[in-house]
Amino acid sequence: MTVLVDYKAGNLASVSLALSRLGVEHRVSGDPAVVRDADRIVFPGVGAAGSAMETLRATGLGEALTESVKKGTPLLGICIGCQILLDRSEEDGGVACLGIVPGNVRRFRFDALPDPLPGSGPRPNPGPRPKVPHMGWNTVDFLRSHPLLQGVPSGTHFYFVHSYYPVPSEPSAALGRTDYAGTGFAAILESGNAVATQFHTEKSGEAGLRILANFARWRP
Amino acid sequence: MLAKRLIVCLDVRAGKVTKGVKFVDNRDLGDPVEMGAEYFRQGVDELVFYDITASAEGRGIDLEMVRRVAREVFIPFSVGGGIRHLQDMRDVLLAGAEKVSVNSLAVRRPEIISQGAKAFGNQCIVLGMDALRVGESEETPSGYEVVVKGGRERTGIDAVAWACRAEELGAGEICLNSIDADGTKTGYELEITRKVCRAVGIPVIASGGAGAPGHLVAVLAPDVGADAALVASLVHIDGWTVGSLKAEMAEAGVPVRI
Repeated sequence: MTVLVDYKAGNLASVSLALSRLGVEHRVSGDPAVVRDADRIVFPGVGAAGSAMETLRATGLGEALTESVKKGTPLLGICIGCQILLDRSEEDGGVACLGIVPGNVRRFRFDALPDPLPGSGPRPNPGPRPKVPHMGWNTVDFLRSHPLLQGVPSGTHFYFVHSYYPVPSEPSAALGRTDYAGTGFAAILESGNAVATQFHTEKSGEAGLRILANFARWRP
Repeated sequence: MLAKRLIVCLDVRAGKVTKGVKFVDNRDLGDPVEMGAEYFRQGVDELVFYDITASAEGRGIDLEMVRRVAREVFIPFSVGGGIRHLQDMRDVLLAGAEKVSVNSLAVRRPEIISQGAKAFGNQCIVLGMDALRVGESEETPSGYEVVVKGGRERTGIDAVAWACRAEELGAGEICLNSIDADGTKTGYELEITRKVCRAVGIPVIASGGAGAPGHLVAVLAPDVGADAALVASLVHIDGWTVGSLKAEMAEAGVPVRI
């Protein structure tokens, strides 16, 4: 059975409805024992890394997730559920995360503009700073093929809402890349049987549904 | 590249999508869930549902409608019109909406914005505002005043100042509707849209006045700066599809999701 992890970090309704629409039988649960027994895990999340990690620790769900991934259960992290797979997040003054995918999570920063070149005259009006959160439909370039991406063309738009982005230590952990106002980041992560999307798969139209369906069939 | 968004607005009255000019003379157009699902199939980027009679009737939003939409539509959608308190926001989000929109309520009780942002995240809270052109004065230095109750009641609040205040309070987005342009099909009110876009650091959705694809292109252009354009009658009545609008926008150089 596919288990949709409920750790009180935002809204599970849309992910659950998307799985139902695809005919994927699933159970919503916050019980570590249920997560350990899962054949497949979907780990969503909206909110802040700090409070999410607090809940995961207090409930024992964090440990259950780590163990499940270690024994080979396919896992899909979405948004905060993607960021929490890394070692550490800058959010909330610095939070130790699950460490399933080596790397960190950083905040978008657009305050530091490069100095103008010497002799190039006054800096042209830089215009308004890019907005944070990065919100809306952005393109994802696929860096290699993977069963998760089957039937979806590289360069497809997906729906993002986030102020922090994953930076895996191994560049090869990035399966897809997105650029926001000059900051490139890993929009899809892969580490063995764990995969994750920074975008909201469940709110990304037909392409997002296709990725969910691919995950539901994936045998890593 | 981040795409400019095309958003379709569905005003719901007694369970039916309705369209009127300047909030009067409404007529029924169809079932909100069926229409939302059709625009989803056409590739719309986002949907907005306003329960336009909820406030007047003193009831909450039709949650069953929200649940039905969430079963059919797998893109973000926001719901507004009848939000009375934090619990209404929670109910709407748990029913599957991505965002809630507050308008008159936020004018009466601005703290609802910060409470909602704290409880559910800034990205969930959309400030809807109706702006009326009144001319520059001491009270309204931008020349635009916030009005409520569908434009029937003036508030004395400057529109640009209100947008900035809403951002400070934690709104994640502003949906700026021009009462002057609404229903005229002569184009969005570029002046107030530009002023608000320059004043805030959160996304701005332009609303009111779209009558042709060129109007969307103009309001989304860098010199005005809207992040998204809201349409209603263009697609409900005038025969444009989401795809045909986006094709025109792309042709004019607007980055859109096709």
